[in-house]
Amino acid sequence: MSTTVKRLTVTVAALVLSCGIASAQLNSPKESTSQKQGDAKPDDYERWDAVREVYFPGRTIEDGSAFLSLDAPYRAQDAALVPVTVKAALPADAGWSIKTLTLLIDGNPVPLAGKFHLHDEAAGTGHRNLSIGTRVRVNEYTLIHAVAETTDGRLFSAERYVKAAGGCSAPAMKNPEQAMARLGKMKLNLPQSVPVGGDVTAQLLVSHPNHSGMQFDQISRTYVPPYFIRSIKVSYAGQPVMDVETDISLSEDPSLHFTFTPKAAGDLKAEVVDSKDQTYTGDWQVIPQPAS
Amino acid sequence: MVLSMRIVLATITLLWIGATTPTLAEPLAVDEVAPGIFVHAGVPQYADGNNRGDISNLGFIVGSEAVAVVDTGNSPSIGKGLREAIRQRTDLPIRYVVNTHMHPDHIFGNAAFAEDRPVFVAHSNFLSALMARADGYQRRLEEDLGTDEARGATLAAPGQTVEPPPGVPLRLDLGGGRVIEVTAWAPAHTNNDLTVLDTATATLFAGDLVFLDRLPTIDGDALGWRKAMDRLAALPAARVVPGHGPASAPWPQALEPQRRYLTVLIDDIRGIQKRGGTIEQAAEQAASSQRSLWRLFDEDNPRNAVTVFAALEWE
Repeated sequence: MSTTVKRLTVTVAALVLSCGIASAQLNSPKESTSQKQGDAKPDDYERWDAVREVYFPGRTIEDGSAFLSLDAPYRAQDAALVPVTVKAALPADAGWSIKTLTLLIDGNPVPLAGKFHLHDEAAGTGHRNLSIGTRVRVNEYTLIHAVAETTDGRLFSAERYVKAAGGCSAPAMKNPEQAMARLGKMKLNLPQSVPVGGDVTAQLLVSHPNHSGMQFDQISRTYVPPYFIRSIKVSYAGQPVMDVETDISLSEDPSLHFTFTPKAAGDLKAEVVDSKDQTYTGDWQVIPQPAS
Repeated sequence: MVLSMRIVLATITLLWIGATTPTLAEPLAVDEVAPGIFVHAGVPQYADGNNRGDISNLGFIVGSEAVAVVDTGNSPSIGKGLREAIRQRTDLPIRYVVNTHMHPDHIFGNAAFAEDRPVFVAHSNFLSALMARADGYQRRLEEDLGTDEARGATLAAPGQTVEPPPGVPLRLDLGGGRVIEVTAWAPAHTNNDLTVLDTATATLFAGDLVFLDRLPTIDGDALGWRKAMDRLAALPAARVVPGHGPASAPWPQALEPQRRYLTVLIDDIRGIQKRGGTIEQAAEQAASSQRSLWRLFDEDNPRNAVTVFAALEWE
């Protein structure tokens, strides 16, 4: 492929996307490496080609379906709250693991829902088995993608087609007073048993309106200004577990499911920063039980 | 977008002037559920071209001096039909139009009453809740019922608002000893629910605080709604006009199916959460034991489950 032509097209695509018009045309659409999904149309794959060039310019993305899966409801109940789970189980003999996971909602004005930087206490090796879940806004019928970057520098993707629309412009907050009263509050949910040295899937909830900037208010006759969580850092016993860069595609009251491995008692800490540079912190003591 | 721009042209007082209202309308069929109280029962469906948006219960109360309307339907032509039904029965002025909450099927007929210059009565949260959604409501109205209906569906800001407790109910005198009580509620079905009680006949217009037949939908606070039901049950009423369902039903027995549904839904979701289950499992499983008891269960229950699951996570 011609690099110059490609770069120019990418610039156009980035502009088009930033204006909220989600369909970008490429001059030379190429075959997508990943398997086609359900009702996805050629347009959806052309859009993916544009989106991937924005986030991974010039990179090859291999089909990750052998070890990477992406789960989301085919038809979402609430387009402003679409649960998405990415799971990876690496082959036992793989000499690499996953360093970052990028979740992209192709059809959203800002496709990046989250970029998850994963840490492991055995520094540099990344995760072999992981499960990461969150809830996203979906603005129109679209493919969504999870792209895993490995410690040896390769990219793999999994994809899914989701039928949901209007999630970015859906009005926030069924009960605004209550929601704003708990702004910045956090909650950690742990499973009933937390075994020493086991993989534990926890859920972190952050109360925040996460306004997308696309919610129109006819009283002010303007769009509700974007106001959203930009980053979430999770650590356990002083060691980083996961750093997440997020954007407007996360649902109100962002939720993260993630896996960590408590080898001894320690504090699980979360540091959350929003787009007004306000920082919220949470701190929970975790006492894992010896395996019986 | 063209449609929303038309809305944007409203005056700064938020009084939207009805540009067009459909000219011809058949009077809606109404039942006199108690002396001077007339109700039209909508069909338990989603709005579409066939039912013209005739999907919710609407009514009016006739005093010796004036008429009060409670909800106006999902489109200007439904509102017009309601107005025709009123005019078949009385020439008294239509002094009040009460909107029980901001959902389209209860307000988009308001334009049909613009010529009567009534006082539009709503909850103090009504306007902000509506305006945050009006763009989407207008678009959906156009998709469901077409451009003409959508163009005519103009709205007026409430001329009189009612505060939830500690605010007190608003009393409206329709003459001849008929005083109706308009009560605002804390977040339940929505964050702007109103009820109307006609003390003379002990008739309660519950708006969507009470559903029968058609599955309740939650766009407010499920726990708040369940709590509100105890206070609702204590109101001195003999019959209720539900927001959806038959024109009237005995009170407070009519509350029971909904109480059961909400209780099972909440309990099932708490159970799923306690077991570490997911929001997807809640959408599939919660309240499934209630499926055969309601219309539109498959359409609305999964979304209710998602809404309640996300809310209960903060308990």
